[in-house]
Amino acid sequence: MTAELVRGQNHPLPDTRLEIRVSAGHPVLAGATLCDEQGRVPGVEWIAHPGSPSLPGVDVPRQAAADHRLTVDLEAVPGAVHRVSVLLALPGPRTGGTTRFGTVAAPFVAVTDHDGTAIASYTITGLDSESAVVALELYRRQGSWKVRAMGQGYEGGLAALLGDQGLERPADLAASILAAVAPEPAPVTAPQHVPEAERVRRTAPATASDPAPTAPVTPPPTPATGTGPGTGAPTPAMGSTTPTPAAGTSASASSASGGPVDYSHPRRRATPASAPAPAPEPRQAPPTPVAGDASGWSMDERLYNQVWGMFEDLARTAAAYRSACDFAESRLDRELDETLSDYRARGGGANDAARTAARARHDELVERAREVLDRDLAQLAAESEVVEPALPVAFARWDNPVWHAYRVPDGDPMAVRLGDLHLPERTDLRIPMLVRLPLERGLWVDSGRGRSEAAGLLDEVELRRLALDSAVAHTARLLAAHPAGQFTVHVVDPAGAGAAALAPLVETGVLAAPPARGAAGVSAVLEQLTERVDLLQMALRAGASDALPPGLDTARQLLLVHDFPHGFDDRAVTRLRYLADEGPSVGVHLLMVADREDASAYGPLLDPLWRSLLRLTPVPDDHLADPWVGHAWSYEPPILPPGSGVLRQVLARVAAARHGKGF
Amino acid sequence: MTVNMTKGQAISLEKQGGGSLSQVRMGLGWQAAPRRGLFGKRTQEIDLDASAVLFADKQPVDVVFFRHLVSDDGSVKHTGDNLVGGAGQGGDDEAILVDLQRVPVHIDQIVFTVNSFTGQTFQEVQNAFCRIVDEANGQELARYTLDGGGNYTAQIMAKVHRVGSGWQMTALGNPANGRTFQDLMPAILPHL
Repeated sequence: MTAELVRGQNHPLPDTRLEIRVSAGHPVLAGATLCDEQGRVPGVEWIAHPGSPSLPGVDVPRQAAADHRLTVDLEAVPGAVHRVSVLLALPGPRTGGTTRFGTVAAPFVAVTDHDGTAIASYTITGLDSESAVVALELYRRQGSWKVRAMGQGYEGGLAALLGDQGLERPADLAASILAAVAPEPAPVTAPQHVPEAERVRRTAPATASDPAPTAPVTPPPTPATGTGPGTGAPTPAMGSTTPTPAAGTSASASSASGGPVDYSHPRRRATPASAPAPAPEPRQAPPTPVAGDASGWSMDERLYNQVWGMFEDLARTAAAYRSACDFAESRLDRELDETLSDYRARGGGANDAARTAARARHDELVERAREVLDRDLAQLAAESEVVEPALPVAFARWDNPVWHAYRVPDGDPMAVRLGDLHLPERTDLRIPMLVRLPLERGLWVDSGRGRSEAAGLLDEVELRRLALDSAVAHTARLLAAHPAGQFTVHVVDPAGAGAAALAPLVETGVLAAPPARGAAGVSAVLEQLTERVDLLQMALRAGASDALPPGLDTARQLLLVHDFPHGFDDRAVTRLRYLADEGPSVGVHLLMVADREDASAYGPLLDPLWRSLLRLTPVPDDHLADPWVGHAWSYEPPILPPGSGVLRQVLARVAAARHGKGF
Repeated sequence: MTVNMTKGQAISLEKQGGGSLSQVRMGLGWQAAPRRGLFGKRTQEIDLDASAVLFADKQPVDVVFFRHLVSDDGSVKHTGDNLVGGAGQGGDDEAILVDLQRVPVHIDQIVFTVNSFTGQTFQEVQNAFCRIVDEANGQELARYTLDGGGNYTAQIMAKVHRVGSGWQMTALGNPANGRTFQDLMPAILPHL
């Protein structure tokens, strides 16, 4: 049976000799890149494209065409290859074609085994101005291969796609690849089958060194029908019944929400209405998780609820495990005590036997509890693997390729990701920490040592720098999550100590004004925001929002305070406290970067301020509790990939959109 | 089809046709006894609270009641406090859902109790019952109706406990006194 994948979903591959059929309805170029374990493409020789169509185990067509067959032999690819990305690109205006996937039919890709039986298929919906897309990924997972539906488009075309995979000089590379298909305009169908089979045979010697003693590679049987009519039919109903009112607010939301997704969840039965009461699944075989299978009006909301559902599930399964371990421990203690108090048995062999039995009972219970925990963790990890790639920018990690396709949203954001949370039971299972917008309380990035181990290893200067960096990243994400001009950022940096870290915000021009310097600058900004809060509160209380001055900026405001309490006099501190208390309800929010020690001179006066803020840390720290059980969760701040330009790139788009709207 | 249980009776919680149940609902209901008043019959609101206590080898591990509606492990859920009672004729006033397959491995008994928060005795309550329902299809598996009320403020209704790899329900029907489940602990312990 063919699995119809949705974006982000994966599927096991039962066979290593595969054919990938592409049906685009218009000429496209098909290629493949081979990535190492780090997800990088080490060099040009790891790309299969029309100019260089054969790599060990991978063959791609030489021409741009509407229909393609790529042959892949996963046993023949070098051992260092951990991922094969199948990419499609529009050949560009030189061939007289379109430059946007949005103007043509959604490309359809199918993975079939070597005798043509379809394994999985995927329709790449939701593309717009992108001209290149990573369609699928074949990747190694614990010794076997899986396929994942990617649908990751690039507005910057093939060059942006290749650059994202770590290749150097991607623009030149992309140009040379496109040049290979440019001279002779491609026929609409692909006359590729016989040469393809030959290429497979040709590549066989290259794989001879591969130790796998498999049968000689035979050419995949080629159906007599030229272009394979079966593969040309797009899957029905894809994206046609998407109940997404916020469609178009985010590329990933609209692209991921299409498709016949079963929104029922095997365990979360809070929304029985959405599940047409299927026969209860046997628990031994939990169905494969699907991104967005929680309830909600939009894909963002469904993903948000799904992430919170995973958060709760992880908290509760860990609670069950810890409770069982505690009980086993206390029972062991009691039983050991009993053997000690039993005078008759003391010193005799019976005593030892009783202790051994008690230990065995303890171990047996812990082992059973661990089994249950591992089963749950595996299921959550599988869910996380599907959910992470499907997340929209505001919820996504910075290394998620969705940031490369960032567009300024049209609608108000629902939530943002402030970091990751995990428990010691499985540190690699990270739950996105999603916080609803508008923020109900201010944020505080703690630049002090606190009790955190990780912070203790860093020197003070480095810690402060990291704190400001992560505050800048939070700010950038908040800016990116809001529609153009709907989020205004003020920065207070009294001594100018944060100039270097604040540069991305300053230089891209997303700030309302340059960072305020000195005591005068601080009080001016605070006064302006305090007045705004007063004004809005008065209008709100009087129910006369139309009485506000006509020029009043309706955007939400964020005040980033660095170096507190440097440059703050008593009056400024009072105003800051006022903003922290009264601001959130009228759209004025605080983001403090501070070490509580620095402000110790104020004594307990500031305690309510610190308590009212959501404390985040620039380094991993376990200070956050979940609302259900109260475990201590390890918080990790969002990390920008080293050397990545994504932050500035996103901010530049935000700034361009602001200026476009006249802000 | 439902089994009408008597005090001390036990039934095995299995699906008809074999296999183990996953979700069961322990429904508890009661009605206020009619009282003679100046203007004929009057009834009075009775606030009974259902609780479930999770035991591991006779030690209480977790309690689900109106202030802690979900056990930490998520396997036992209270659907919420009902302050009045007797709403439906024979329907559940409060219900506690148990996901038998997610009950932590060390929990071997779950005891269900009902106690009167307002201090009224069971003399003022009639038709108190507990019933266990298969959540998957809404079918009632067993029902235990209490005998006439007496001068006490709590009832230890039933327990659900592990037997081999499955679960069993035992009707307890033991009167006790107490405002909340903490007061009932000494009365519960002999039934474990």
